[in-house]
Amino acid sequence: MSSGAQNYRGRVWAELRRQKRAVWGLSMVVTLAVIAVFADFIAGGTPLYLQVDGQSHFPLFREYAARAGIAKLPPELAGADFRELNRRADAAIWPPIPYASTAVDITGEVFAPPSAQHWLGTDALGRDVASGMIHGTRISLTIGLVVVAIQATIGILLGGLAGYYGGWIDIALSRIFELMLGIPTFFLIITVAAIFPPSIYAIMAILGLTGWIGIARFIRGEFLKVRSLDFVTAARAIGASDTRVMFGHILPNAVAPVLVSMAFGVATAILTESALSFLGIGVPQHLVTWGSILAESRASTFAWWLAVFPGAAIFLTVTAYNLLGDGLRDALDPKLDVR
Amino acid sequence: MLQYVAQRLLLLIPTFVGITFLAYAIMLLAPGDPVDLFFAGGLGAGTEGVDSDRLAEVKADKEELRRELGLDRAIPVQYALWLGRLLQGELGTSFKDRQPVWDKIRARLPITIIINVLAIILTYLIAIPLGIYSAVRSGSVFDQISTLTVFMLYSLPVFWIGTLIIIFFGGGDFFAWFPPGGLRSLDYDTSWSLWQKLSDYAYHLAMPLLCTTYTAFAALSRFMRTSMLENARQDYIRTARAKGVSEPVVILKHMLRNSLIPVITILAGLLPALIGGSVIIETIFSIPGIGQLGYQSVLARDYPVVIALFAASSFLTILGILISDIALAWVDPRIHFGKGRA
Repeated sequence: MSSGAQNYRGRVWAELRRQKRAVWGLSMVVTLAVIAVFADFIAGGTPLYLQVDGQSHFPLFREYAARAGIAKLPPELAGADFRELNRRADAAIWPPIPYASTAVDITGEVFAPPSAQHWLGTDALGRDVASGMIHGTRISLTIGLVVVAIQATIGILLGGLAGYYGGWIDIALSRIFELMLGIPTFFLIITVAAIFPPSIYAIMAILGLTGWIGIARFIRGEFLKVRSLDFVTAARAIGASDTRVMFGHILPNAVAPVLVSMAFGVATAILTESALSFLGIGVPQHLVTWGSILAESRASTFAWWLAVFPGAAIFLTVTAYNLLGDGLRDALDPKLDVR
Repeated sequence: MLQYVAQRLLLLIPTFVGITFLAYAIMLLAPGDPVDLFFAGGLGAGTEGVDSDRLAEVKADKEELRRELGLDRAIPVQYALWLGRLLQGELGTSFKDRQPVWDKIRARLPITIIINVLAIILTYLIAIPLGIYSAVRSGSVFDQISTLTVFMLYSLPVFWIGTLIIIFFGGGDFFAWFPPGGLRSLDYDTSWSLWQKLSDYAYHLAMPLLCTTYTAFAALSRFMRTSMLENARQDYIRTARAKGVSEPVVILKHMLRNSLIPVITILAGLLPALIGGSVIIETIFSIPGIGQLGYQSVLARDYPVVIALFAASSFLTILGILISDIALAWVDPRIHFGKGRA
């Protein structure tokens, strides 16, 4: 089985790389992931290197270490105002965008249009938009990936149970799937998001708990189709447990299409989160996300930079994941393999 | 067929009850009490600094209001009472302004229906010919451009486009081609001629309609083209061509009819998506429709209104699925209903 799966995987990979759109989507997805991981190095209020009074410091790394619990921040850096320190520093290396995404600065430029100092301008509280965009990437991607992980877990588990065991389990679960299909999802999400106190985790939970029906129905169908095939009977005959047959033998056959719907799922989750933040019922007020920057532009229509940039980021991210999903689907579809 | 429809209609009932009960439970279990919110408006959010006499008074008032609104009972009981009233055609009264819920909905329904029906008609009018043309000229420059455009439209967040339209064309610092929102001009006069009234509406509805249409269009058009292309590859198309059927007949009769199947299925998903989209579009453009009512009621925890709207939209969603199933059977003679369904 392993060599066959390898071949199949290799074929899909080769097919995927042949498609220009998919390659473009994949490289965008990777770029975004890199931005999200290294957000603090691209934009932030903590310098990478600082030389004060003849002493060298690496504040950002120290901060990471402190957060991980390995080391403590030296007393002269703990709670220090780096901008203040910067004035008497002999040398300093700052991230290219030297502003924290949430740093309020109402003494300086409020609603500053894009300039050399603030590349993408500032918002009503003087927060740097470019920094907010970089750190927003982290929040958006985290939400997208966590939501899809929840959806896939629930979908595979329930769909697998229904398809594998059949009988009354299938009937009961299928009724639940049908019930979920009839729920006006977006309205439910808005209701829950508005009623519960805003939090990233709440958003992840709502989106994760509402979007799994597609995967569940697909997995159920796949398990129904495959469960009576010879290799499943063979696996059972040599004494494999139900769990092993389900996840070790049947599931690998259905994983690829699930990946397709997961790629689309990330796009949808990011879109929905931004919509909620745009409506003001998404992430908490103190966080800066693409949706929340865009929301600010509603009240201040003259500040076009508050609308153009975050919207473009949402658009590009959603496009990237949609392209990836599209390309993956075409790569997996034997019907389209005519070239 | 008739038996199948009857069976499905019967199944509608438990599904509907399940969904509305779920919504009811979520709302009433949520932190925050509509009664507190109601009082917070008049007395300030906190009770600090209020002397004990007043405090007791407020508490008694709250209890009374809670009893009056039926909020003191257990959730299943409240739900059962709500369902009972619904069966008698009674939707209750709004917590916020004590107006009958039905009156509030009726006042806002027409504008939402107008926008969405127009959007659906426009969508199908553009998407189907475009899908056909794109598939027939598959691989041409036109096809490539239109496919790319549709793909980008599909990923364009409507709340972004709406905001950009208002900023750049809604009379801010840039162009003032369209009003930034609302339904009527400030100088709207009931004595205007019908033509004047209609053009004023059109002037205000153009941008919201554009936003509603492009989202639905992007979803439909993608399906239309893929579906046409899949059918174009089938053997029966080659057979039809081989036996000398003229090209228009091959395309319009053989290919199109089979391609419509997924397009009909999409309609079921389009309906709830448009309801959800109404919330965003009506909020952006300040249109006093159902979507805006829903959003405002959710924020104000006006449960009777929220539940009524939730029930209505879940009913529409289930109905959409049912209608598309039936339409599918009508278009595709291979689908048989009744016994023997997997």
